[in-house]
Amino acid sequence: MSESFETLRDLYQDVILDHGRHPRHAGRLAAFDAAAKGDNPMCGDRIQLWLKYAPDGRVENTGFEARGCAISVASADLMAEVVAGASVEEVRALFSAFRDMAKHGADARGTSEPNAALAERLERLRPLAGVHEFPSRVKCATLPWHALIAAIEGTQETSSE
Amino acid sequence: MNAHDASAMARLRADFPILTQRVYGRDLVYLDSAASAQKPRSVIEAMRATMETQYANVHRGLHWMSERATDAYEATRDDVARLLNAPDRAEIVFTRNSTEAINLVAHSYGRGVLRPGQAVLISEMEHHSNIVPWQMLRDAHGVGLRVAPVTDAGELDLAAFEALLADGRVGLVAITHMSNVLGTVTPAERLVRIAHAHGAKVLLDGSQAIVHRRVDVQALDVDFYAFTGHKLYGPTGIGVLWGRRALLDTMPPFLGGGDMISSVTFERSSWAQVPHKFEAGTPAIIEAAGLSAAIRYVEAIGYDAIGAHEARLTDHALARLAAIEGVDIVGHAQDRGGVVSFTLANAHAHDVATLLDRQGIAVRAGHHCAEPLMRRFGLDSTARASFGLYTTEAEIDALAAGLERVREFFA
Ligand SMILES: Cc1ncc(COP(=O)(O)O)c(C=O)c1O
Repeated sequence: MSESFETLRDLYQDVILDHGRHPRHAGRLAAFDAAAKGDNPMCGDRIQLWLKYAPDGRVENTGFEARGCAISVASADLMAEVVAGASVEEVRALFSAFRDMAKHGADARGTSEPNAALAERLERLRPLAGVHEFPSRVKCATLPWHALIAAIEGTQETSSE
Repeated sequence: MNAHDASAMARLRADFPILTQRVYGRDLVYLDSAASAQKPRSVIEAMRATMETQYANVHRGLHWMSERATDAYEATRDDVARLLNAPDRAEIVFTRNSTEAINLVAHSYGRGVLRPGQAVLISEMEHHSNIVPWQMLRDAHGVGLRVAPVTDAGELDLAAFEALLADGRVGLVAITHMSNVLGTVTPAERLVRIAHAHGAKVLLDGSQAIVHRRVDVQALDVDFYAFTGHKLYGPTGIGVLWGRRALLDTMPPFLGGGDMISSVTFERSSWAQVPHKFEAGTPAIIEAAGLSAAIRYVEAIGYDAIGAHEARLTDHALARLAAIEGVDIVGHAQDRGGVVSFTLANAHAHDVATLLDRQGIAVRAGHHCAEPLMRRFGLDSTARASFGLYTTEAEIDALAAGLERVREFFA
């Protein structure tokens, strides 16, 4: 098999194929505090997302329904996993660090320097870092995050840049 | 052009410099001609020669160079008139692309001639460029919008089409001559006959059809025909609206500006004759030279040969793809052109396209600017392979082999 085909394993790691096929956080939450939709008009990926806060204001749970590629579904699922228990400020910081990673790779130094707690959460998103080699697919990975931020800010509709 | 004659095909492919490019270390397999076709050397050369030897603005200069440029630009109008078998060269209006041609009709015929309370009839398989202008017309001018359904096979539902015309309020039918998603070629002559019987004019979106079929606007008896240069092996930036002279004459201009007037004072302006009334501003002079060369190129090969080659390729593609486990072909029209949309079980179309891309195979994935049609078939997206006159059976075999690998990858 050709080398370029093998680089696809950087993008489609087993973790991603697995989360893409069997997302753990798929589905609308029975009770939620915020919701938003994300839309990638260029390719038709869509996500709808529901968010529940804990009494202390941290994210308790996130559920989503996504119609899109393996990357966008896996990214939504991994996002739901890593933001559980995070404060709103931490979610924003994670998004910023994740976006740097998706655009420039896991080893690129982003504009934001994550602290230890964030670094650990970010590490769990690392399987998505391979997307930076596929510029047309970066938006697939960041779309769920745009929807999450929109839910937090109450904008409700967003599209990936 | 005979696909079984390998040396003839090799010579033809040699006309397209880009086909020797390699991507990811492999020969480019370009199966995205329906999005935009590659350009033969004669088109590239015609544009270069225009800039190097006879370039100036048109219709304005009294000098030698401008006269030559004007002659060349106007000669392209003759080429298009010949291509479409238009009765009058003044019926050929140059636009930027199909989208602008359709918008021209929506604006000038839609607002200028249609009356609130009348309606425009489109179909479920339109490109967004033949949906959105009519929605804008509806919202601004109160002209209704009706949509004729397509069958599960991806053909126009003719009974429903006719029923939507029955009350006589449809003033214009705007419909594709060939679907860019399903490959369906619509029965244009019949549609025109039915529409005319109910008092409606017909605009055909020929963006895809004219690449694959000879178009004769007089035989079709259609009222407007739109196409875009870049899909017909010509350059981007130039398209065509053909319309019956009697209709164009009654329509107000689309854009205002230079070149489209006969006189201007601050109180009022009067319009130039067609086609200039619809060609405001400096036109696509260099692109017109390219379009002329593209038309000549297609004519030299001939639509009979192009049609036969593409029919063979399409049959081959349908057979090869249908044999792959998990592949579902979207659209099974009897009469179709070289466009094949499909889905693959367990894999989203974008993932399919990325995996094919890394094998050097360019296909399109997404909604193909036809979201309502996707919804009609319960889909978000498909992958689409589309063929041009330079496409080979070997490339389709490469697609089939590539898809087998994609299937294994996601199995
Ligand atoms: C059926 C159809 N109509 C209209 C268009 C619009 O063409 P253009 O973008 O050149 O205006 C396309 C191509 O994108 C098409 O396939």
